[in-house]
Amino acid sequence: MKLPFDEMLDATGKPRLHYQVFHDWLKQQSDTLMGLKRAEADLIFRRVGITFAVYGDDLGSERTIPFDQVPRIFTAKEWEQLETGLRQRVKALNCFIYDVYHDENIIKAGIIPAEQIFNNAQYRPEMRNVSVPRDIYAQIAGIDIVRAGEGEFYVLEDNLRVPSGVSYMVEDRKMMMRLFPDLFQKYRVAPVEHYPDLLLECLKSVKPDDVKKPNVVVLTPGMYNSAYFEHSYLAQQMGVELVEGKDLFVKNEQVFMRTTQGPERVDVIYRRVDDDFLDPLAFRSNSTLGVAGLLSAHRAGNVTLANAIGTGIADDKSIYPYVPDMIGFYLGEKPILNNVPTFQCRKPDDLAYTFANLDKLVVKLTHGAGGYGMLVGPASSKAEIEEFRGHLIANPDKYIAQPTLALSTCPTFVESGIAPRHIDLRPFVLSGKTIKMVPGGLTRVALQEGSLVVNSSQGGGTKDTWVLEE
Amino acid sequence: MLSRTADCLYWMARYTERAENTARMLDVNHQTSLLPQPKDFLEQSWRKLLTISNLEEVFMSQYDIVNRENVLDFMIYETGNPSSIVSCLFAARENARVIRGKITSEVWETQNTTWLELQRILEARNQSDPSRLLEWVKHRCHLFRGVMHGTMLKNEAFYFMSVGTLLERADNTARILETKYEDQASLKALRAENKTSDDEAGVDFFDFYHWAALLRSVSAFEIYRQIYSDQVTPKQVAQLLIFNKQMPRSLVCCVNELIPLISEMKNQQSKEIERLLGKLKASLDYSDIDEVFSQGLEDFIEQFLERINHIADEFSSAYLIPLATA
Repeated sequence: MKLPFDEMLDATGKPRLHYQVFHDWLKQQSDTLMGLKRAEADLIFRRVGITFAVYGDDLGSERTIPFDQVPRIFTAKEWEQLETGLRQRVKALNCFIYDVYHDENIIKAGIIPAEQIFNNAQYRPEMRNVSVPRDIYAQIAGIDIVRAGEGEFYVLEDNLRVPSGVSYMVEDRKMMMRLFPDLFQKYRVAPVEHYPDLLLECLKSVKPDDVKKPNVVVLTPGMYNSAYFEHSYLAQQMGVELVEGKDLFVKNEQVFMRTTQGPERVDVIYRRVDDDFLDPLAFRSNSTLGVAGLLSAHRAGNVTLANAIGTGIADDKSIYPYVPDMIGFYLGEKPILNNVPTFQCRKPDDLAYTFANLDKLVVKLTHGAGGYGMLVGPASSKAEIEEFRGHLIANPDKYIAQPTLALSTCPTFVESGIAPRHIDLRPFVLSGKTIKMVPGGLTRVALQEGSLVVNSSQGGGTKDTWVLEE
Repeated sequence: MLSRTADCLYWMARYTERAENTARMLDVNHQTSLLPQPKDFLEQSWRKLLTISNLEEVFMSQYDIVNRENVLDFMIYETGNPSSIVSCLFAARENARVIRGKITSEVWETQNTTWLELQRILEARNQSDPSRLLEWVKHRCHLFRGVMHGTMLKNEAFYFMSVGTLLERADNTARILETKYEDQASLKALRAENKTSDDEAGVDFFDFYHWAALLRSVSAFEIYRQIYSDQVTPKQVAQLLIFNKQMPRSLVCCVNELIPLISEMKNQQSKEIERLLGKLKASLDYSDIDEVFSQGLEDFIEQFLERINHIADEFSSAYLIPLATA
């Protein structure tokens, strides 16, 4: 099999031009020193409390996400291509969500079958004909990108509900600057630390029309959520309140928070709680994380939810295969970023192909996330594949299959020293008055040799992501 | 500010102060227990430590006998005991974690580091010398307050933390005074009963150490010397801990510091707290140690505790328990 694309070294083992300086620097660093820096980073993350709870682990246990000190570097040119492609894609996705809750043009045009939308659990009939400010549904999007070769990027999935990880993008940069300040004199790295400013600007720009100075809050499920650090971090960096469901109440279709000085109106909620838990009156009635009546306030236009309710319809893996067509349909453009070829197991032909090639494919749940419930064919045993075949026979509609991409690798400091490990990238796209991005994203790395699963819940780590200035 | 945020700030400070005071109380008992004294009395003083915090029942459900080792274990490490040092530091850190966005990163890191260091101490639980551990607890709590004063904006968040600290401190100083005073009385009674051959000088000698230990437990031994330049007498000790306006852990000082804080954070429901505090201050201002002794110290302290805890309850319902839908 062909070796995967290495971010630092070309096929002949020579460093790529933009990695040259780093490569020379890295050669001078001893493993002992790198080990010490790794330990220092872990200590700082722990002291500062940048920790992550892993589901299924002992209650209350906290872990740091392993941080790798070898950065992932993009040239300005590569980034420009990515950024243009990301803007295009997110713009089309927002058009799509508006469309499926209003005119349904894409269905009428026969591009997506109606049952794919209306039978999808992520479609929220409650949102039909509801207007949201600027017609934007997914203000915050995290798009997972992988590279298979020079200039060859694929979108692995779109995350349009409550994408997380952006705090690690910022904290990893701070950590790199702290551990290796000299590297930042050798390279001109575009800054990413202003992300919270852009986020606040974006959230304010989608305020309800009648509000002059919007009161923005971040809604968290609470401190036992795995991303609690990020919720509190973003609230603090934006200088807004971090609220839980019980801090809010709805009266006359308006949302208020309970403060020491009495109720205070809330206009924009950056919510990090899933649709299902947002409003016990509308969705799961046993949810204690939400606010009773929130949906009615949202529908009445008195409060903006970011992201809006019902965005899951656009990031579902069963809708993913249609995204390139959406770009053509809504924008009249050719997609800049590729989709990974996808077999929809609901189609008999695709299912047959999937069965015949289980050992070569990656099979995923259409509603799954976080690396749970998936099969990576080439990395699985015969028994695992057979077990998965059973799931697939029982519920073919719930699965899609994709060829196993040769994800690019990046040198990573592991126990045996510096060695290549597979990576992906999650850049964040903010849609408000305009679409904004910081140059960079969260690079996730699979720390196990050969592993393609980068999710932090599955033991993945993170790297700082550099976009070089011209 | 969110009521829930205020609640976390308040309890973070209260639990930190409680951890410190538990450490102080244990330290003084530990020190006095090393002095020569009747065995019955020794047991009684450890038992008393449990009763003032209403913990005797929980304790007896887990241990057979009341002795130094068991009480120290229970009051330092036992997570089933809500007032144990480990429980208090855990609760303080959990509260801090919830509202880490509302405190400076220095304050958060102080709380978090305390907790992380405590994990290491817990691993070596049986080897650690209680005095050193208790010193460490006091030191971490001092550090917390220093960092809080040195880095936080003097705004609402700071006020809620200060109120938590002061209410807890007033409560604890009163309790420490009450226990030790009763101890002393019961010791006298024991001695009278037994009519032992203890010479009078020996009794005085013990008295001195007893009161000195009490003063040390509230960091007031040197202060006492400085103010009274006199031998240590129960009456003056009580006077110092109740009435001295300059002594940071005295009851009067706590109440005096609370008043401007509350008037700074006025809301629609704070009138009652201001009234109660004003009344408490007036009754302290127009009283003196002789009056307290003629009323009976125990009685006085019981009343004080009732009033300060009533104020704490009112404060909770005015600011911390989410205001009703208006």
